[in-house]
Amino acid sequence: MSKERIKISEDLYDIMPSDYQDLVKSATYGKEDRGWKDIGNSKELIEQHSLCAGCPESMAFRYILASLPNPEDTVMVGSTGCTSLVFPMVAVHNIHSLFGNQNAIASGLKRALSVRFPGRTKDVVVLAGDGATVDIGLDMTLQAWFRQEKFTPICFDNELYANTGGQESGLMQKGFVAKMAPVGKLFDKVRLPEIARESGCHYVVQCTVSKPSLIEKVVRNAVMIAREIGPTYLQLYTPCILEIGKNSMEGLQEMRDSEKPTERFAYKEYISEPAKQLLAEVSAKDKEKKAAAKQLASQGA
Amino acid sequence: MADTHSVIGTKNKKGQTFTDTWKLMNEAPRTPSFFTGSEVIKEALRRASCDVMIAYPITPQSEAAALIGELFAEGYIGDYFRGESEFAVMSQCAGAAFGGARVFTTTAGPGTMRAMENFPMWAGARLPIQMIVTCRGINSPLSIQPDTLEIAYLLNTGMLVWHAETAQDFFDWILKGYMVSEEPDVHLPLALCCDGFFVTHTKDVVNLTPADMCLPPYDPYRSPVPCMDMECPPVRMMRDPFVMKSNYISYATHASWQQEVWAAVERSRKHTIKWLNGLIETENTDAEVIIVTSGTAVSQGREAIRLLDDEGIRCGLVKIKALRPWPGEEIREATKNAKHIIVPEFNVTGWMAKEIKATIPNSERVHAGPRVCGGMTMPPEIIVSEIKTLLGMRTMSLAGRGS
Repeated sequence: MSKERIKISEDLYDIMPSDYQDLVKSATYGKEDRGWKDIGNSKELIEQHSLCAGCPESMAFRYILASLPNPEDTVMVGSTGCTSLVFPMVAVHNIHSLFGNQNAIASGLKRALSVRFPGRTKDVVVLAGDGATVDIGLDMTLQAWFRQEKFTPICFDNELYANTGGQESGLMQKGFVAKMAPVGKLFDKVRLPEIARESGCHYVVQCTVSKPSLIEKVVRNAVMIAREIGPTYLQLYTPCILEIGKNSMEGLQEMRDSEKPTERFAYKEYISEPAKQLLAEVSAKDKEKKAAAKQLASQGA
Repeated sequence: MADTHSVIGTKNKKGQTFTDTWKLMNEAPRTPSFFTGSEVIKEALRRASCDVMIAYPITPQSEAAALIGELFAEGYIGDYFRGESEFAVMSQCAGAAFGGARVFTTTAGPGTMRAMENFPMWAGARLPIQMIVTCRGINSPLSIQPDTLEIAYLLNTGMLVWHAETAQDFFDWILKGYMVSEEPDVHLPLALCCDGFFVTHTKDVVNLTPADMCLPPYDPYRSPVPCMDMECPPVRMMRDPFVMKSNYISYATHASWQQEVWAAVERSRKHTIKWLNGLIETENTDAEVIIVTSGTAVSQGREAIRLLDDEGIRCGLVKIKALRPWPGEEIREATKNAKHIIVPEFNVTGWMAKEIKATIPNSERVHAGPRVCGGMTMPPEIIVSEIKTLLGMRTMSLAGRGS
């Protein structure tokens, strides 16, 4: 899709919703260097959200949507949970079908798009919570990796089932007392990033969403590597401030505290050899472009 | 955007000519071939212009699912892979259909049950996926034998449900099924059921359409809901997701969509009648006794009718082809003269008899049986015996049945 597709007939312009008019006027479809810095300067691809005030997941949503390298040809897949409350307001085609089947949906979707649009880039990005990714949907998460499906699952890890009211999940910390873990969780947080690496993912990052520039980098990398090489995986800490007893303004600090080098969300990254090579090529091309632009600018001056 | 009319007469990459489906099914020459049901499924798929097929092993559909893999290797199918479970496979089918592909899959018995959560989702999302159900036992202890109980679970999913009697039905209905499913005013998934083994593993003469002719491709832009491929504008769908709202508007939205799905099932009626030449087939509906059923129970009914005829007892037959949409009006009309309506079934609960009882006036005329299950065969003699008993005639004692 190009931005041409979302143009509005002049006769109908004034009756179209203002958010649609804004999408046509100033969204960033097709902008090659789009990123988190567009937030505030252009129409975002998310129109409001119905998450709790101060929810870090809302920040994550905005950064991810601002960072997708190719939103005009990206289809997103969600799952049941807090994310499914946001997707109806996202200006990228997105699918919600059932709880936990998001990576199966994405497998079929990516293959259908490859059959229907040979030679064209159609990215598929999955966004689901930790219950959907690690508990009810673990089978389909892993099998998509085993099969080397070329899309990017992103897990919003809030370490519990938030949307149903704070029940124990596999990614919850050991000992945490929650609904359905009345004496504290009895086993360790599942080590999905390591499992992802062993399952054949080419790019795995675990981090928090405290820094938009970092999210931009890892999202771009994950999508490009998935497009060219094979599966990638991002696990982002988006704490449920409600269920861990924090206030609306404390989400960012919670993430900063949890990403210290000794803490459980210290930045963790794995890149396979072919992925490293791809990233090096991309970075070399970017440098070339920048140098050429610089030269052009100096000539102009 | 694709325009199916423009491709008629052109060739696909395998050299098959995209052919108007009505001409393909009704006018193209047919070649008699001696095939198993599984091989017939493969031959239908060869002509179906299918984009994506997703497979999983479960008896008795494994052979068909693997044979379609051979078609993929030959280049007749866009993509094909083995999923990890029926639940995953049906979700993978959904993903492919959301992405605008013509999708095919096969399952059976416990696989159907494992995947069940997907089916109302398919219907609600208006995905015209075709799923072959080669029915088998679903109960414990484990059974792989023919048993149609799983069909009962599919009847309220919002899917179209057809029940094939023979391999010929199967061949024709796979191709015709897409034509009904993909109509813009229908756009619903189809469960095309048959009785496992009896149809899948026996050989029969089937008249095939030419292998160098195939269906026109699916055009996802005729769908009543947007295809998820970012080729049309992505607007936000709603201000607030209705799932979170406890108010009249949200309930009314969900209610009206469910009603719309079932209205689409109703709207499929006219297309189904056109393509299947009616939702039912009848013989001798002026007889006092009529056998009404679907699947291979119909074949057994035909044999029973022949045996009864030898004894001078006249018996009619109603073969139900489509279970959803349900041919209520047709069954009422066909059975209006009948004093006894016999419903032989290959399942323990007799769901077909219940459906018929709920359809016709004076439902005490319905005799819910004979029924066999767990893989038992249904010799025509037990249908004959049941009918003769009903008519107050002496009947031979059948082994193991007391009487």
